[in-house]
Amino acid sequence: MEKMSRVTTALGSSAISGRTMFCHLDAPANAISVCRDATQVVVAGRNIFKIYGLEEEQFVEKLNLRVGRKPSLNFSCADVMWHQMEENLLATAATNGAVVTWNLGKPSRNKQDQLFTEHKRTVNKVCFHPTEVYMLLSGSQDGYMKCFDLRKKESVSTFSGQSESVRDVQFSMKDYFTFAASFENGNVQLWDIRRPDRYERMFTAHTGPVFCCDWHPDDRGWLATGGRDKMVKVWDMTTNRAKEIYCVQTIASVARVKWRPERKWHLATCSMMVDHNIYVWDIRRPFIPFATFEEHKDVTTGIVWRHQHDPYFLLSGSKDSTLYQHMFKDASRPVDRANPEGLCFGLFGDLAFAAKESLISGDANRKPYPGGDRRYPIFFFKKPDLTEQFAHVSSALSVFESSLESKRMDWFVKTARLYLLSGKSFAELCDHNAKVAKELNRPQVSTTWTMLRIMFSDPANLSTPGPNHIGKLGTLPLMNSFSMKEMGMGTESRLDRSKGESRQDNIHLELGNSLINNICPTAENEETEGSEGQAEYMFGDAELDDDDLYSMEHDNQAAEEQEYTLPQEAFPLRHEIMDNPLAPEHLQQDKADSPQASGNEAEVMCLTPIESFSLISISQPLFSPHLPAPFFCPVVREMLSHYAEQGDVQMAVSVLIVLGDRIRKEIDDLTQEHWYMSYIDLLQRFELWNVSNEVIKLSTCSAITCLNQTSTTLHVNCSNCKRPMSNRGWICDRCHQCASVCAVCHHVVKGLFVWCQGCSHGGHLEHVKNWLKSSSHCPAGCGHLCEYT
Amino acid sequence: MDIQDQDATARWEALGSRDPRSRGTAMEHISQEVMQRVESIGPIPATVPSPVATAGHPTSDLNDILARLLMLSKRCPFDDVRERCVWLLQNVQDFGVRIPRPLGNGPSRFIPEKEILQVSKVDPRTQSIFEDAFAALGRLDNISLVMGFHPQYLESFLRTQHYLLQMDGPLSLHYRHYIGIMAAARHQCSYLVNLHVNDFLQVGGDSKWLNGLDGAPQKLQALGELNKILAHRPWLLTKAHIEHLLKAEEHSWSLAELIHAVVLLTHYHSLASFTFGCGITPEIHSDGGHTFRPPSLSQYCVCDIANGNGHGHLEERRGNHQVSEVSGEVEVLMERMKQLQECRDEEEASQEEMATRFEREKTESMLVATAEDEECVPSRDVSRHFEDPSYGYKDFSRRGEHVPTFRVQDYSWEDHGYSLVNRLYPDVGQLLDEKFQMAYNLTYNTMAMHKDVDTTMLRRAIWNYIHCMFGIRYDDYDYGEINQLLDRSFKVYIKTMVCSPEKTTKRMYESFWRQFQHSEKVHVNLLLMEARMQAELLYALRAITRYMT
Repeated sequence: MEKMSRVTTALGSSAISGRTMFCHLDAPANAISVCRDATQVVVAGRNIFKIYGLEEEQFVEKLNLRVGRKPSLNFSCADVMWHQMEENLLATAATNGAVVTWNLGKPSRNKQDQLFTEHKRTVNKVCFHPTEVYMLLSGSQDGYMKCFDLRKKESVSTFSGQSESVRDVQFSMKDYFTFAASFENGNVQLWDIRRPDRYERMFTAHTGPVFCCDWHPDDRGWLATGGRDKMVKVWDMTTNRAKEIYCVQTIASVARVKWRPERKWHLATCSMMVDHNIYVWDIRRPFIPFATFEEHKDVTTGIVWRHQHDPYFLLSGSKDSTLYQHMFKDASRPVDRANPEGLCFGLFGDLAFAAKESLISGDANRKPYPGGDRRYPIFFFKKPDLTEQFAHVSSALSVFESSLESKRMDWFVKTARLYLLSGKSFAELCDHNAKVAKELNRPQVSTTWTMLRIMFSDPANLSTPGPNHIGKLGTLPLMNSFSMKEMGMGTESRLDRSKGESRQDNIHLELGNSLINNICPTAENEETEGSEGQAEYMFGDAELDDDDLYSMEHDNQAAEEQEYTLPQEAFPLRHEIMDNPLAPEHLQQDKADSPQASGNEAEVMCLTPIESFSLISISQPLFSPHLPAPFFCPVVREMLSHYAEQGDVQMAVSVLIVLGDRIRKEIDDLTQEHWYMSYIDLLQRFELWNVSNEVIKLSTCSAITCLNQTSTTLHVNCSNCKRPMSNRGWICDRCHQCASVCAVCHHVVKGLFVWCQGCSHGGHLEHVKNWLKSSSHCPAGCGHLCEYT
Repeated sequence: MDIQDQDATARWEALGSRDPRSRGTAMEHISQEVMQRVESIGPIPATVPSPVATAGHPTSDLNDILARLLMLSKRCPFDDVRERCVWLLQNVQDFGVRIPRPLGNGPSRFIPEKEILQVSKVDPRTQSIFEDAFAALGRLDNISLVMGFHPQYLESFLRTQHYLLQMDGPLSLHYRHYIGIMAAARHQCSYLVNLHVNDFLQVGGDSKWLNGLDGAPQKLQALGELNKILAHRPWLLTKAHIEHLLKAEEHSWSLAELIHAVVLLTHYHSLASFTFGCGITPEIHSDGGHTFRPPSLSQYCVCDIANGNGHGHLEERRGNHQVSEVSGEVEVLMERMKQLQECRDEEEASQEEMATRFEREKTESMLVATAEDEECVPSRDVSRHFEDPSYGYKDFSRRGEHVPTFRVQDYSWEDHGYSLVNRLYPDVGQLLDEKFQMAYNLTYNTMAMHKDVDTTMLRRAIWNYIHCMFGIRYDDYDYGEINQLLDRSFKVYIKTMVCSPEKTTKRMYESFWRQFQHSEKVHVNLLLMEARMQAELLYALRAITRYMT
């Protein structure tokens, strides 16, 4: 309220009023400026130079300053400024390098007053001194700033920025002698108008050009700058070094920035490219604009607050040839439309989620998060700051702690470390990996490996353990040993997904006895407890069989020659397992795929699992001894996609590598590449560099293998002269000495080189190790206390 | 076979290693393989009259290898590889197998070979850039060699090109090379086309595409129009063209892809200008770069044996001759620059003075082909602009199309183009910006034999003259300066190079700035190339911006 009253006093009795309105100009505007009493605005552009009166309901054209039949380039304005003390005085910056002043008090049609053609390049900016009537400053593309005394015919002083292109010059509002200049190379300079020889201070404000700067109208030390790097920065200039105190990241390069009158924290920006809106920011809230004006159809080129003490009127000119008056009350407030929500993962897999309180309280009576995790909402209250006009939102923060077993990624790390991907025969690799998976309590994965081995390597020797198996699964119809074996495994895996609970089985109901339930690693863990007992027991059984199987097989290596003689039954079952349960139509396909199935007693079992809905068929066709491995490829392919979709890309990639050529052609390169990338990314996040490198090496995608060829350069400095080594081997170009000499044996190190990061001395790994056993000082004798860890 | 091929590629690549030992091993492998092949077919080639034509598979294979060895023996930045290659070729010859000889005189037809090659020996920085380039590509192309005169620029150029072709980007690799081919073909630049046909096939491109644009996917065919306009008349580019590309349903381009394509197109258009402007010769190991015919049968015999040095002598002699004739040319130019500087310091030239200046320029210049007198002579500045000979670029005014002048103050690279490119194709804006600035600001403060000369004015005149030919105007430039600083033969050269580079001849190259060094002429070429690229880019980006708003 207090502020409001101040505004009215400042405005006196003639308080301005108006509404959001616009008028069409004949040409795009480059800049606009208002006169002191806020009743008129001047619009300047390449082909326009007019004064409009600001009336209650509309803009009224008052004067066209662009006179003459063939207007010269002096009329092509890059910038315009209305003097804030002398209401008849205007200055423009012309694109041809001229600085022109205009006197509205002249009786003739042509109001041109003075013409200064001292700049060699386009003048980007003109600026009147805020209190001195005759002082005008200009900044040009040629790198010079010139100060003119309007009573004289030429400039009184010239300031050289020592660089290309001045983009903006602004007199300080409070310090009589100071002005700021921003440059195309990213620098901002402060000058004392009395000392043209050298700038007072300079700092780099942005990367790339600084397009604009603006002094805070009240706070003498604050300077806002905007640049091509899409940032608006606020600098505190009162300290010794200019200090960046606020930074707002916008979405496009910032063309203009203007502090909002009477509002300490607000500033308006517009952009030079792509984005047409005008934003008003509260610099303390840099993430979302305080207000937005969205009227313009092309980039906004000039913005100005209508009155020095009135924060509610903003004028803007644009390339779309319109001039707008924006009322603050009509601005859109993006914050009203925003959903204040945040989500973050913690270091140990905890998840924090913050949302508007109203949203969360709605389901407060929700049952506790499954899996026994604790959920406790925490409320923070920020003390409301009265000067901030932001909508206050109170949010609830929920933290979900992950239980140790379920969300920890230990299994991933261990699996990655322990898996073997190459170096042994296919069967051995599969066995090894199955064992690894089993030890980590991931029976489904383990079984998959076993099955893969069976599918793609010699099956003949599998027959031997058959009887054993049957004995245990007595309820199964006995087709032959294979069918037994496969059946058992098939159903167990299948039921992984069906959770075994609400089955509607028709034929092999008894099979349920042998079914083993386990949970996909990514599935919810609430069910784990319920079915755990059974799962362990039953699965243990089956695994035992497998182990028996393997031991037999190893005795029987010779038989492995006969490839492709898998039992027929194996395949329809596999099919079911790999099948994506979400797609029932696969059922038909599958049957069609297996000619034998149709003729035989193909039993179909329907399962209605809890969350997945599938029709799964189990067919038990006749035994056919010769089945080529490629026959399984579609199945394996679907299995891999399934794993990948479940989030276990590790499995997908590992199988891909182990199977190698057997499966590679079945899966399109992009998918493979995608899997590899995901897995490698995961591995690197867990800092499993060796594994990730192995995967890269073993991959067959060219896009992946080339990962190893990137950033293979290591830049080193010469240990003698401390300058970067150019790339010619062991000798430094500059000091002509061998750079990497072992400090212990004084020979050149070609191989593992270890060096101290403190003093940069080092040498052969072994030598340094030995040395540091006996001494803690640097072997080079520099006195540094080196450490080897 | 695949594996063998891979092995072979790996071996060639190892030659680019910085470690002399691995280079040695690779060289050892190669020489073993070559000798093996030579022994297996040893006696045949001697009896075959023309091995190139009739050679069966093994021989042509061998010939490829030999050509490659020859290239290495000349171009490899590593001494040891060069020596080994020479030695190996000698050995092969001793076996009675014909070995190839390079055709032409080094990397450029215009510049004596030894002058180019000694560059790298003098300057360690150039040498290291060459080594980098060689390691990255397994070759050191002639363009890089010629640009080696200006290592700072070369570095920036290679970095940009590498980013455009190899690094992350919206377009797939074979698309990039294909677009390169399309662009270079527009100017019939066989050198660049050959180079990229190889690369295109190497990254797995479909050889059917190479039969012509018809064989390429529709998406690329649609780009043909843009390519044509950009290359010859960028000012005709409108937002309708952009819309056509972006809204073609299944064959449509995304904005990011389009920006990538546009940058590639402009890069290769301007690179074609450079290639012709410097008379770049085919790579030694590609077709037309070498011959298997014995020297005695060749009409090139003299110069071939001398490897270009014969020509060099000739040129030098002629050059010396010319020097006496035209001495003072440089001084005149410098004097003019000085005068301009002074005269401008005093005051803007008066109206009449400008008029007479134009009159003289008009009669002097034969280029003013169709300088239609505008209805009324507009204000001084504008008339200056229209009168400029380059503005009479035949395609520009002959058809009577009215094309509004492009004002840099309204759409400049620094303010607008950069932001747009960087937004859609991150980092490229920065790279291009650096490259433009490097080219624009490059100076050694020398002119011919004079030192400590401020060449800013001259560089700006050249840059603006080129932009002027594309109808791009700087409000703050006095176009009269161009007429003062650039003489007729130079203008002819610039215009040919920029507008129809394929017509550049050695005579043109020699007839401008006769006293200047080759390195300075290459510098001019760099300026031309970058200015042209920026001009095309500005038009293309402006059209895209208009489409977006």
